[in-house]
Amino acid sequence: MSEQLKVPTMAEYMAEGKQPEILFWVGSAGSYDDRAKKITKAFVKILNKANVDFAVLGTEESNTGDVAKRAGNEFLFQMQAVMNIEVLNAYEVKRIVTCDPHSFNCIKNEYPNLGGNYDVVHHTQYIKELISSGRLTLEGNTYKGKRITFHDPCYLGRANSEYEAPRDVLKKTNANLVEMKRSKNTALCCGAGGAQMFKEPEKGDRDINVLRTEDALETKPDIIATGCPYCNTMMTDGIKAKEKENEISVMDIAELIANT
Amino acid sequence: MDYVPNILFAAILVLGVGYFVRNIKKLIRNIKLGQKIDVSDNKSERWKNMARIALGQSKMVRRPVSGFLHVIVYIGFIIINIEVLEIIIDGLFGTHRIGLKVLPESVYGFLIGSFEILAVLVLVSVIVFWLRRNVIKIKRFLSSEMKGWPKNDGNIILYFEVVLMCLFLVMNATDTSFQTANEGNIISQFIAPWFESMSAETLHTVERTAWWLHIVGILIFLNYLYFSKHLHILLAFPNTYFGSLDPKGKVNNLEAVTAEVKLMMDPNADPFAAAPEGTEDEEPAKFGASDVMDLNQIQLLNAYTCTECGRCTSACPANLTGKKLSPRKIMMDTRDRLEEVGKNIDANNGEFKDDGKQLLGDYITNEELWACTTCNACVEECPVSINPLSIILEMRRYLVMEQSAAPMELNNMMTNIENNGAPWPYNQMDRLNWKDE
Repeated sequence: MSEQLKVPTMAEYMAEGKQPEILFWVGSAGSYDDRAKKITKAFVKILNKANVDFAVLGTEESNTGDVAKRAGNEFLFQMQAVMNIEVLNAYEVKRIVTCDPHSFNCIKNEYPNLGGNYDVVHHTQYIKELISSGRLTLEGNTYKGKRITFHDPCYLGRANSEYEAPRDVLKKTNANLVEMKRSKNTALCCGAGGAQMFKEPEKGDRDINVLRTEDALETKPDIIATGCPYCNTMMTDGIKAKEKENEISVMDIAELIANT
Repeated sequence: MDYVPNILFAAILVLGVGYFVRNIKKLIRNIKLGQKIDVSDNKSERWKNMARIALGQSKMVRRPVSGFLHVIVYIGFIIINIEVLEIIIDGLFGTHRIGLKVLPESVYGFLIGSFEILAVLVLVSVIVFWLRRNVIKIKRFLSSEMKGWPKNDGNIILYFEVVLMCLFLVMNATDTSFQTANEGNIISQFIAPWFESMSAETLHTVERTAWWLHIVGILIFLNYLYFSKHLHILLAFPNTYFGSLDPKGKVNNLEAVTAEVKLMMDPNADPFAAAPEGTEDEEPAKFGASDVMDLNQIQLLNAYTCTECGRCTSACPANLTGKKLSPRKIMMDTRDRLEEVGKNIDANNGEFKDDGKQLLGDYITNEELWACTTCNACVEECPVSINPLSIILEMRRYLVMEQSAAPMELNNMMTNIENNGAPWPYNQMDRLNWKDE
């Protein structure tokens, strides 16, 4: 990215004796995975553009423990959670935004019982908020007439019943939003959840991400929109498996909005 | 001698209801083998869920064809069973159609007329159900876990309903006084002519036979429930009441682990301290579940409630792509193992004797458990609030925390999180590097 991104840390805010409006929880994928880092930067670009006072934990952030919990390692999960909660509470964090529905679900639903109580929002909810409060205006017609289909992340949709925020944001781009047959509460998983991202699938007759990509292809989309770094990887791989990567792009909603 | 039928009726009734109650007590005992779980909160929300999901069938109709047919059979079942009340009173006191004596003729006629219409609608629906299971070959009825008894069970229930509905209609059609009154015989008037050639005496015998078979059939059906997936007609109600009120993504935090993590993080804790007084002999808490007794009581109730419809399995991404996992099988396995444990207890004077078997391995394999993406599609689909995912996660916990039996790649991932706070082998201090790349 050519322009310089402003990414202040909580430690810097603390040193100045200030509190940001919101903490941006980057998450492990968003910090280290090459594809997900682009989503992180796109979201920061949006935050900068809307003049949001935000901060990240930077090197003080650690994995939420979500994936360990789903793999069955409750010990590791709780160790990670307690460590993160200690840091978050020390900074008196009130509100958290994240581009990762798994972190979103984990911090929102599983941290409170361990002493971490925060108002947690997904980045699609936050972008919607920025647009409706007038802090972020979308100009340009980059996506006018483009067919976009949204793949619901399980941990935003079914897990937390948020189906509308990502769609509301997409509608603001004047794109032609098309729905897959399986969508919202009946959406098919991309295949990465429950720690599957980190292992080979069990023996079967096909891959889940390819099946899901076929759902998306049925809508004849120009763009497949995602709201989760793992879904993004799975759908990108699916598109490659179908040899459609030159015609169809897989983009996170943050990237779509940052490009308008 | 006039009292013989009354006494016989009372005896059959006591026997039928008695045996049923005995089995229900056994079922409650089996469910109580599970771990206690506090579900005494939010009573009003729970009642609302039960009213909406079980009574109101709200999730059944998400699949319009089977949902609509099910609603007919469900309403028919509840309403026609009002008639059973009359049968019981008549049977015990030797009256005939007591309803006609206590209700205005038109009201009684309206009631019976509605029962007759419903009986026909139920018959039609049941036939369509049978066709769906046996002729149309809908995929979710053909999975490997549906071979043998589960398939027969599904059909037996349908045959029962056909027989009961036919007996009800024949009983009305051959009741001369009822037909003469010509009130409420809306369907049976068309069946009555089939019996025209019979003498009054034969007609009466047919009517009595249908009447007796109808009530005996209902009692047999009642007792069949315990051995069948059809238990859902009762258990759907408590199951939807006790169903989780949390967002589906929320997985419980194990309290036993919290206690240990707190101890680990406490700088003042003495790692060499002796166990507190009086707790030396206690077995350390077991993490996760390897058998039905490790699951909680709601999960065991879930298992008995499952009617094997397979909506969960038909939405499961792992199952759709040919993996061994089937959420329905998880529930059936849990129930079958629980039944096995229950029979073991019955055979050993109320005490469970180790049979060298357990739910994990003997029923559910590691391969099934590791195929789950925790996507909640199964939980979303279940029309009666069953949660197969919670059982899968509980068993993964046992595999990982008690047996260290996670797949190698997952062990690597977890080691990375332990060492660098990320699932990949990257340095914690590089976590913010993205901003300058």
